[in-house]
Amino acid sequence: MEENQKPNHEKLDEGIDFGVSRLTPEKIEAAINAVFNRETGARFRAYVETCIHCGLCADACHFYLSRDKDPRFSPAGKVKQTVWPMLKAKGKVDAEMIRQAARIAHTECNLCKRCAIYCPFGIDIAYLMSMVRRVIHKLGATPLYLQDTAHSHAATMNQMWVKGDEWIDTLQWQEEEARAEFPSLRIPLEVEGADIMYSVIAPEPKFQAQLIYQMAAIMHTAGVRWTMPATMGWDNSDMAMFSGDNEIMGRIKRAHFDTAARLRVKRIVMGECGHAFRSVYDMGNRWLGWARPPIPIVHAIEFYYELLKSGRLRIARKYEKPVTLHDPCNVSRGAGLHEMARYVADQICEQVVEMHPNREYNYCCAAGGGVINCGPPFKNTRVLGNKIKAEQLFDAKSRGAQTMIAPCHNCHSGLHDIVHHYEVGLEIKFFGDIIYECMEKE
Amino acid sequence: MVEGKSRDWTTEEKTVDIGTWKERFEWVEELQASPDGETVAAIVNTGEETFNVCVNGQTWEKDFDKIWHLRFTPEGRPYALVADMDQWTVAVAGTPWAEAFDYAWQPVVSARGDHIAVSVQQGGRYAIAIDGAKWENDFADIGHWVSSASGTRSAAVVQVRAADSGQVHRFQEGTYTIAVDGQAWDNVFVNVWQPAFSPDERQVAAEVRLDLYRYTIAVDGRPWGKTYGGIWAPCFHPHTAHVVAPVRQAGKWYMVQDGEIIWQKPFVQLWQQQFSTDGDRLAAICAPRFGRWTVAVDGEPWRNTFNAMVTDLTFSPDGRRIAALAKQDAHWHVVVDDQVWRNVFDMAWPPVFSSDGANVAAKVEREGRYTFVVNDRFRGQPCDMAWDPCFSDDGDALLLRYVQDGVYHRRIVPLTDI
Amino acid sequence: MHALYEWVAGPLTWVAFAVFVIGLVFRLVQVLVMVRKTEPFIFTYMSWKFSLRSIGRWLVPFATLRWRTSPVMTVATFAFHLCLLVTPVFVLSHIVLWDEAWGVQWWALPDAVADVMTVVVIAGCLFFAGRRIVRREVRFLTDASDYFLLALTAAPFVTGFLAYHQVTQGAGMTIAHMISGQVLLAAIPFTRLRHMLLGWLTRAYMGSEFGGVRRARDY
Repeated sequence: MEENQKPNHEKLDEGIDFGVSRLTPEKIEAAINAVFNRETGARFRAYVETCIHCGLCADACHFYLSRDKDPRFSPAGKVKQTVWPMLKAKGKVDAEMIRQAARIAHTECNLCKRCAIYCPFGIDIAYLMSMVRRVIHKLGATPLYLQDTAHSHAATMNQMWVKGDEWIDTLQWQEEEARAEFPSLRIPLEVEGADIMYSVIAPEPKFQAQLIYQMAAIMHTAGVRWTMPATMGWDNSDMAMFSGDNEIMGRIKRAHFDTAARLRVKRIVMGECGHAFRSVYDMGNRWLGWARPPIPIVHAIEFYYELLKSGRLRIARKYEKPVTLHDPCNVSRGAGLHEMARYVADQICEQVVEMHPNREYNYCCAAGGGVINCGPPFKNTRVLGNKIKAEQLFDAKSRGAQTMIAPCHNCHSGLHDIVHHYEVGLEIKFFGDIIYECMEKE
Repeated sequence: MVEGKSRDWTTEEKTVDIGTWKERFEWVEELQASPDGETVAAIVNTGEETFNVCVNGQTWEKDFDKIWHLRFTPEGRPYALVADMDQWTVAVAGTPWAEAFDYAWQPVVSARGDHIAVSVQQGGRYAIAIDGAKWENDFADIGHWVSSASGTRSAAVVQVRAADSGQVHRFQEGTYTIAVDGQAWDNVFVNVWQPAFSPDERQVAAEVRLDLYRYTIAVDGRPWGKTYGGIWAPCFHPHTAHVVAPVRQAGKWYMVQDGEIIWQKPFVQLWQQQFSTDGDRLAAICAPRFGRWTVAVDGEPWRNTFNAMVTDLTFSPDGRRIAALAKQDAHWHVVVDDQVWRNVFDMAWPPVFSSDGANVAAKVEREGRYTFVVNDRFRGQPCDMAWDPCFSDDGDALLLRYVQDGVYHRRIVPLTDI
Repeated sequence: MHALYEWVAGPLTWVAFAVFVIGLVFRLVQVLVMVRKTEPFIFTYMSWKFSLRSIGRWLVPFATLRWRTSPVMTVATFAFHLCLLVTPVFVLSHIVLWDEAWGVQWWALPDAVADVMTVVVIAGCLFFAGRRIVRREVRFLTDASDYFLLALTAAPFVTGFLAYHQVTQGAGMTIAHMISGQVLLAAIPFTRLRHMLLGWLTRAYMGSEFGGVRRARDY
């Protein structure tokens, strides 16, 4: 009965709702002003003051395009509903406003920065949304699943509560499995002075150990001097970066780089993950004071590119089904790896069918930026909020594509949900899946 | 510390032929050399699913199902983590501990080499085991564990209250603390990291997070009165009970002692602080401005800064000199008292001082080959493998350990030759 | 009336120019000081090459993805901004004033061309206003201040056009033209019209981040 009278107090998310229930006007005001006045600076102000409300950013956003061009989902529209009122009222906004801001900043923006290349002034709305998330973090109203992930990072230095022994045990198990196929294969642990430290994200040991197997097979076949750490610092992912917990974001990044420094490797190679890449070259490193990653980080795409280009890895028989290639935001728009990705795709597949738009202009998967990590309560938000992606995929399929390569974990999972919901009928693979399947094995 | 005096400083060269090992075994893993240089060892595969350790050509008596983490104790005994029938333990010089566990990892050896401690998992519960003896209490999770210098005590971050994944607010009430020798502190915290023992081994300090936003140091479970926006690992003064740690305030890092700022100058980053042995000087790795790294000594940064990173801060034994490794772009440098060596390297290992602090040596890598550098001059030919050099106690000679053309060499080189 | 004209054409003009120039310089210094104080890391990433690459692209119609995908807006905004900036500088009657005051002169637009360009600016303002009403995503972002800024921008051009064509008697319209122009100039540093200054900086920063760090196109 009471619920009927207050229709906008529908349950949103346990973490947001509980956090918001504890707020007082003073707390809200203090948190907003602490972030906007003391933690941000020229950038924040310039972005807000330069925006002339032209709306040219709208068409960049997959949420906007997928929601019948509802302006509430346009990038600047999200700023209007979050940053503007907070600034205008100098932090004196109510708890319900914070609740809606948490929903918008955390679940209706993937921080994909596509809008930054649509804005004539280059206004970085993803940055503004991150600052809203920072406020939400300070107010303790982060979505439950994402907050839990941040807790896992803080306690275990990995994303999924993987314990010290479970991590090593999984590597040894995969090594043992792989020896059935490659009798002398090793996953070398703690080898000081190896050329490369290979790091992954926690879902790999937790659910997708075959990805570690595949990479071990690739490393073994290509004769790479590599190692994996047997201590914390093996996980390169960083969801605290998306929960607004910058302190933990930095702590995780430090553990990762410290581990690589301790192992005296020259480079870190990381698996097919997007946000982890962003956390090392863009956000986490900067929070720690590193202008660039102190130890170069090579994304799997670039690593495969090197191995194929140099002939260290050879393809026995190309993958036959026509593939289409999804450019993840954090590795293409974020790090310019799209041409290398095409080289790799051409080397390992018979036929590559481009989806449109592509490269830097590709649509986001709607899972990245921590959105999929907000969990089941928001699955529909991102699946229904990315109809445009389904249309893009249907188009690629109509031109022959049968398989989609998505070299990013978040994209992979998000696209899986989209393909399933809209019945697109595309198989989704990592580059590593295809390389492992098609490479010459000794 | 193990005394260098007992070592053989007279025999100019000893060798072990390791070239034949590859023929004797299916495969040979990474070689390890003992600190005194007398022994070289490697994990070897002796058949399908059987492993052993080959020490100077001799294998241990018994094979194991799995072996990893082969290292040497400071006084030269090889030890490794070994498993039989999925039960893990530590084997020292071929002899496994009587106790075995569902899992054992991350062994740490005391400074004299007489104790080995390892974290263990038994039935899904976690503890530390020293020389096989497990803590009486076990815990739901364990991490960041350390052993005291004597090796008789151990401390670790442990989870003492259950909070299932997803119970975020319960987690935020605090579930973690420190256990010392298995005894948990009374207080719980949201997070605890990096415990450190006091020099007398009676106290333990650690980084704690009181809620999602407030960080401080707790000593024996009692947090400092002040809290900060961020914190890094604490360390004790070698002769007093004072604890120093870098803290973050208003976006900048400061060095504090027992909660009071002792370095007035703020830094963009500040960590890995270290006292000289006499406790008179405190140095740390710092970023005096964004993207530039160096060493700060008693609050003053060195003049030379580097764009990638600075690591391996090392005091000379007498505390008068400080060396560190610094990375500029892709190249590593050795820096001693703010003087940058002319030679650059693809990789460098921690600088080693002679006991009087007059000489500095390091193992380095160039173009995939290893060699030694002493006081910025290359010593010897590039070789296939090498270990850290070591000065004799009188500082007259250097012990070099390396592998070239399938032969392990232990060489004593008079410093006058360098 | 004459005294008023003299006062508006004389001191008030210089006041307006002073506020405009000093205001923009102040804004520029303010933003740079603020970057230095709060986000000095930004300087680490600024790159002339990539700043100019980005600015250059965005200064050419249809040279960016966004310009290509919104052709009407692209034509409108380029025509509007070009005429907005060029007309006041090169219109003969303004040059005459400069000449009278400082003895400097330069090439002038033929009156007919200036007239058309003035109309383009006014039409541009109407187009933008219409866009704010018609397009849902723009309407959502629009408040009174946006119309106010459009009116502020259009006013000197409307009054200038009317004064030139002597639609009204006497110097009233000319004085209105001058005052509205002065108000517009003086308002630039203190309203969102300061995108005239900040837009270059945000563009340069984004260009530097995309070019230097992200190795991707921002256009």
